[in-house]
Amino acid sequence: MSDFWKRFSRNRGAVIGVVILAVVVLVAVLAPVLFPQSPWRMVQRPFLPPLSMDQYPLGTDALGRDVLAGLAYGAQVSLLIGVVSTAAALLVGIPIGALAGYFGGVADDVLMRFTEFFQTVPSFALAIVLVAIFEPNIQSIIAAIAIVSWPPVARLVRGEVLSLRSREYVEAAILSGQTSATIIWRQVLPNTLSPIIVLASLMVATAILLESSLSFLGLGDPNLMSWGYMIGAARTVIRQAWWLSFFPGVAILLTVLALNLIGEGLNDALNPSLARRGR
Amino acid sequence: MLRFILMRLMKAAVILIAILTLNFFLIHAAPGDPAAVLAGEAGAADAQFIEQLRQRFGLDKPLLTQLGIYLGGVLQLDLGYSYRQQMPVADLIFARLPATLLLTLTAFVIALVLGTLAGVLASARVGKWSDTVISTLALLFYATPLFWVALMAVLVFSVFLNWLPGFGYETVGANYTGFRRALDIAQHLILPATTLGLFFMAVYMRMTRASMLEVSRLDFVKTARAKGLRPGIIQRRHIFRNAMLPVVTLAGLQAGQLVGGAVLTETVFAWPGIGRLMFEALTQRDYNLLLGVFFVSAAMVLLFNLITDILYRVVDPRIRVVS
Repeated sequence: MSDFWKRFSRNRGAVIGVVILAVVVLVAVLAPVLFPQSPWRMVQRPFLPPLSMDQYPLGTDALGRDVLAGLAYGAQVSLLIGVVSTAAALLVGIPIGALAGYFGGVADDVLMRFTEFFQTVPSFALAIVLVAIFEPNIQSIIAAIAIVSWPPVARLVRGEVLSLRSREYVEAAILSGQTSATIIWRQVLPNTLSPIIVLASLMVATAILLESSLSFLGLGDPNLMSWGYMIGAARTVIRQAWWLSFFPGVAILLTVLALNLIGEGLNDALNPSLARRGR
Repeated sequence: MLRFILMRLMKAAVILIAILTLNFFLIHAAPGDPAAVLAGEAGAADAQFIEQLRQRFGLDKPLLTQLGIYLGGVLQLDLGYSYRQQMPVADLIFARLPATLLLTLTAFVIALVLGTLAGVLASARVGKWSDTVISTLALLFYATPLFWVALMAVLVFSVFLNWLPGFGYETVGANYTGFRRALDIAQHLILPATTLGLFFMAVYMRMTRASMLEVSRLDFVKTARAKGLRPGIIQRRHIFRNAMLPVVTLAGLQAGQLVGGAVLTETVFAWPGIGRLMFEALTQRDYNLLLGVFFVSAAMVLLFNLITDILYRVVDPRIRVVS
């Protein structure tokens, strides 16, 4: 474990990523304390430019709502949807990949064709269709993101399980009479954990981008203030009020960048033998 | 080769049928009466109209019969009717398809050419400042929301600097013809194509850089060096050609994302393609049109995948020999 931290902290990008993410998480957690009023509430005149009033440093939007408060509550939504939809995608992808890799044969064929289908379908278009038909709300958004993001998990887990399947310790477990379920759960899956962790951190980043793109198109949960919604709502007034779309975009960029940096850092730290040489 | 293409076409057909089946069940899974869903909102259509729809789609028949009717219709290029736009869905889509093809292909070429160039450049200067700059830019582009960078591009290049048009496909009312018109469209194309390409540029750059470094450590490169070949020739003939293989694979896999990205880019730039059409269908709750666009974009992706697969066999002679 200490080795892991040593390797991880040697990666400058990863440390920067952790710092940025920590700030975003802190803002998300403290949002109700920092901004006790609802982010939907009108607090000042509309289109108040940034830095013109100390109380509202990032100005107000077309309805006089505090942009900074919107950003803070948006952080909650982005992180929540990013993490929950990734968890849901893992719940779908890991069993499918594990079953396909462990049992092979027909099961593998069927499950992998199924996975391939979801990988071929244009994922963003599918997410749009799903959310639009099942009405935009937080459940349908999370489900849609999970449905379009599980295939890489299944493929990764299948590959790992396939290579672990023939190891001696797995054979020993089979001989000792353990059931397939126990072997997969106790012996095989724990050994696939590090690549899954790396992939999951990158998936949270992609999920946040997906969520913001959906809410930008008007497919966000109407009760949640999200960064994508803020940019989408400001799109038509971009000529008068650039800051309304600028700041939420920077927030998305920084959060996604932080998660990508952490993912790369985790990759180098968890798989030292595969760490990219030449740098 | 012909056998290979036939096999791939069959596979693509199976996937397309699966997508149509998915579409069909989505309409049925949607909350509310399928006929009302097909008609847009229930409030916009009267009872008689919905009854007509029910008969036309055989919604009183068993589910599997309905699926058969639906699939049969698509085979005759009948993707249904858009009650919002008062036109057949297929006509609407085919009218918009050329603009999307122009946009996505231009974005793809920009991304591939600039991305691989930057990747090669960075790999040749590992650890130097130019590598740092290129790698950092790639990291940023990779994390930037597409719709946001598109909006910012409009703001900077169209609103503030007034260099390029930030809206539409061509100058409305100018009635240019011939070369003048092509030039006008090209000017309108620059911002949407570049912003759509940025993310993919970052992907190709990172892939090319990693792949070039990987290949340059292989034995045949050492042999080439030992023979005394000039570094430039080794770089171009030996390393680059081999390093491009994973990039080609990746390019094929990413076609779907390019089409998805077109929805966002076309919405921001009011580009009259199928992405914009999807957005219109979305805001008007025109589900027939929405599912039609989804189907056609999936078909586009499959076609694109097929082309890259064929290209891959042309680029890599080893695969041709094996099969």
